[in-house]
This record gives sequence, C-alpha cells and structure tokens, in this order.
Amino acid sequence: MDYTLISDNYNFLLLGLINTICLVSLALLFGGIISIPLAILSADRHRIFGPIIWGYTYFFRGTPLLIQAYLIYYGMGQFEFVQNSFAWPILRSAWWCALIAFSLNTAAYTTEIFRGAIEATPLGEVEAAKACGMSRFTMMRRVILPSAFRRALPAYSNEVIFMLHGSVVASTISVIDILGAGRVINGKFYVFREGLYSAAVIYLALVILITQGFRIWEKHWHAHLRARPTGTPAPAPKH
Amino acid sequence: MRFAKIGSLVLAGAFSLGLGAAAQAEDMRIGVEGAYPPFSEKTASGELIGFDIDIANAICAEMKVTCTMVEQDWDGMIPALQAKKFDAIVASMSITPDRMKVVDFTNKYYNTPAKFVAKEGMFTSDTPEALAGKRIGVQRATIHDDFVTTKYTNSEIVRYATQDEVYLDLTAGRLDAIIADSLAMDEGFLSRDAGKGYAFFGVDHNDPEFFGEGAGITVRKGEDALRERLNGAIAAIRANGTYDTIMKKYFKIDIYGG
Repeated sequence: MDYTLISDNYNFLLLGLINTICLVSLALLFGGIISIPLAILSADRHRIFGPIIWGYTYFFRGTPLLIQAYLIYYGMGQFEFVQNSFAWPILRSAWWCALIAFSLNTAAYTTEIFRGAIEATPLGEVEAAKACGMSRFTMMRRVILPSAFRRALPAYSNEVIFMLHGSVVASTISVIDILGAGRVINGKFYVFREGLYSAAVIYLALVILITQGFRIWEKHWHAHLRARPTGTPAPAPKH
Repeated sequence: MRFAKIGSLVLAGAFSLGLGAAAQAEDMRIGVEGAYPPFSEKTASGELIGFDIDIANAICAEMKVTCTMVEQDWDGMIPALQAKKFDAIVASMSITPDRMKVVDFTNKYYNTPAKFVAKEGMFTSDTPEALAGKRIGVQRATIHDDFVTTKYTNSEIVRYATQDEVYLDLTAGRLDAIIADSLAMDEGFLSRDAGKGYAFFGVDHNDPEFFGEGAGITVRKGEDALRERLNGAIAAIRANGTYDTIMKKYFKIDIYGG
C-alpha cells in the first residue's frame, strides 16, 4: 500500500465524497417525497393508480439499478428528439441522469416500505381517530402517517444504506463519486488496492454515521415504547 | 471413467517429466481488451478480433506456445498482470516512463500519433486555450487521459472505462471533443456510420513524455527471458512478412512508424 498516493490525491476523494453525499441525499429526498402519495394510493388499493404504481415499483425493484442508470444515460441520449428536447440540458449531464435513476429507484422501494407500514396500522388507532370525528385527511396526517413512519424506520434505514452502496453505479456513467475517485487514482498510477481500499474505508465511515443517526432517530421516535420508570422498579430478570 | 482419468494423469505426468521445462512454458495467457476497435473488439458472436489479437496469435505461433486470450477491462489491465491473471498484455499499450516504473515492455509493435476529434468544423485549433471550458472525453488510465489531465487544466475532463463509451457520449452530444489514438479513431469511429459528421482537428500529438515510443507488449518487471523471447518473435514476424499481412488486413497505411 502506498499511502502517499492516497494523501496526494485527497482532492479527488473529497470531490467523490461530496458527489456521493449530494447524489444520495437528494435522491432520498426526492424519492421520499414521491413515495408518500404513492404509498397512500397503493395502500388504498386505488382502482386506477393502484396497478400503475404496482407496475412502477415492480419495474424499478425488478431490474438492477445499473440497467436503469444505463437506460437513462446511454439509452435516452441516443435519440435525436431527446437531444433536441427542452430536457436535454439536464439529460446531457451524467450527474443529473444518476440523480433521476437513483430517485426513481429509491422511490419505488420506499413506496413499498411505507405501503406495508400504512397497511399495518392497528385498526384501533383508525377507529379511535374516526370516533374523534377526524376527516380522512386529518386522520392520515395526524394518526396513520406518523404511526406508519415509526414502524417503517428500521426498514427505511436499510434502504438508505442500500442506496448509498447502489450509488457506485454513478461511477460507471462517468460521475466521479467515491468509487469513481478511487478508480481515477487506480488508473493514474496503475495500482489496484489504493483506490479501492480508500473508497471502502469512506463508505464504511458513512455507514457508521447513517446507522448511528438512525439509532438516535429511532430512540427519539420510539420514546413512547420504552419502559418508563414507575413507583416500584421492575424486578431484575433472573438468569 | 475413473481409470481413464488416472491413466491420463499418469500419461501427462510422464510427458511433463520427459519434456521437462519446455513443456511448462508451452502455455501462455495474454491479456487483451476487446473494446478498442479496430485493434481489439468482439464480433456479434462474441469472438475476439482485431489487429492486437492477430498480432498476439502470430507471436504465439512464432514462439510455438499455446495462447489463451484473457479479456480484461482496460483500467485493471496492469494490476491484473501483476496479480498473474496473465503473463503478457497485447492491448496497444503505449510504452511510457510512468508505466515503466511498474512494468516492463518489449520493443514497440506499432506507433501512431494521438489526435483530437470533434464535430466537423467545430474547432480550428486544439490548444489548451481553444478548448478551455470545453468537455473533453477520454478513456481512463490512458496516455491520452494523462496528457489532457496535465495540459488541459482549464477544460473539463470526462473519463470513461472504454473507448466505445467515449464515442457514445460524443455522438450523444455530451462531449465537445475527444482525444485518442488517431488510427484507432479513424478505423474504429470516423470511418464507421456512427462517426459521420465528425473529423480530426489540430495537430498530431506524439510528445514522448506523454505518448512514449509506441505500443509494446507488457510483461511483469524482471521477466527478462520472456521479454527477450517476445522481442525475438516481434522481429521475426516483421522479417517474415506476417506482420505486413496482418497490418494490410486492417490499415491502408504503415502503422509501424519510423
């Protein structure tokens, strides 16, 4: 291992880190925004939107992210009408193509996570909300969604980590993300380990931040589920 | 079945004992790329063809060894050689001082200059000033990558894993200009349907600091015996006309260089 290669080229790795963080967090943001209405409609088993949403999530969960990114980047770029369209300034850029692919992909997974969580809402909570005279919208906003988000949190933290790891696909369509930076270093100096190891270490560090972040978030949101101190402390479990 | 297997093992053992070291050297694995037309590409049926492939086969025939072609992505080529996935690289690899630090080369087997390509009439000059602020596409870990990264600091350098992807993005309009080996682009892109409306511009680039002295066969450091054998084979196919026959199959001009 030649550590000076890594320290001399930290600017590539830093650029890669910034690109990965921006791509993944924006994709999660857009994906999250898209997924909430889709999850509600899909949990409602809407007659028209239901099957459409099912088709969408089936396609994006059923094909590899790599293929989706290639289709958007290389596939669409080959058509002249795409090149002449108003969207070309965006589709021309590899960065935006990656963001579109990632957002649509994570939105599909998140839709399914949220849909499951919404469908698992205890009936009692819904009945209580109805008994209070809440409208359908208020009930969704104040009872069903907050409760569903809580249940979805552990599964969603996995999706965030998968999205981070899936984002290496960006490096195959010429974006310098973390892996892309590692490949530039490898390519420049005809080595193999230096670039890959430093990329792996950065991903590991990011995953620690993500898991710790979700642990704190869960603690905060699931506070009401924790045992609370009472007058007589519970007896210590016997071994 | 079982006995047959054991029998053949015994036979093979006897042969290798009998023929000694010569039998061991009869097998050679050669690293090739397969995505760099017309030097190395794959037919629709998946068969490897091209100048590099033919040269590799001719050299193997000359050395009387059985060669296996191992396909390898360009940017992992030297690491894979070091990891002994194959014994030599025949993939239009230019002999440069930077690469000489980590591997050894035979004498060149061809030498052609690098050039820029863009939409016809888009540029008149290829100086760093003329291309400032433009997007230049290049294959990662090539001499051309090194050259533009060092000299064209005011341009945006976009790096790809294969040369084919560079062509795709040039025709998709994502790149303003690309740089690569002039011959590879002439035969592999400009003279094909995809390259219609594109043309060379600027001067021939052959500064030895970046572009070396031509393309050679790459071997691991210190494998001098193999390197000398390969040198002998290159000289032999140059002398006996095999090289010229292969060259004429692919190119109209002499690519060996002065």
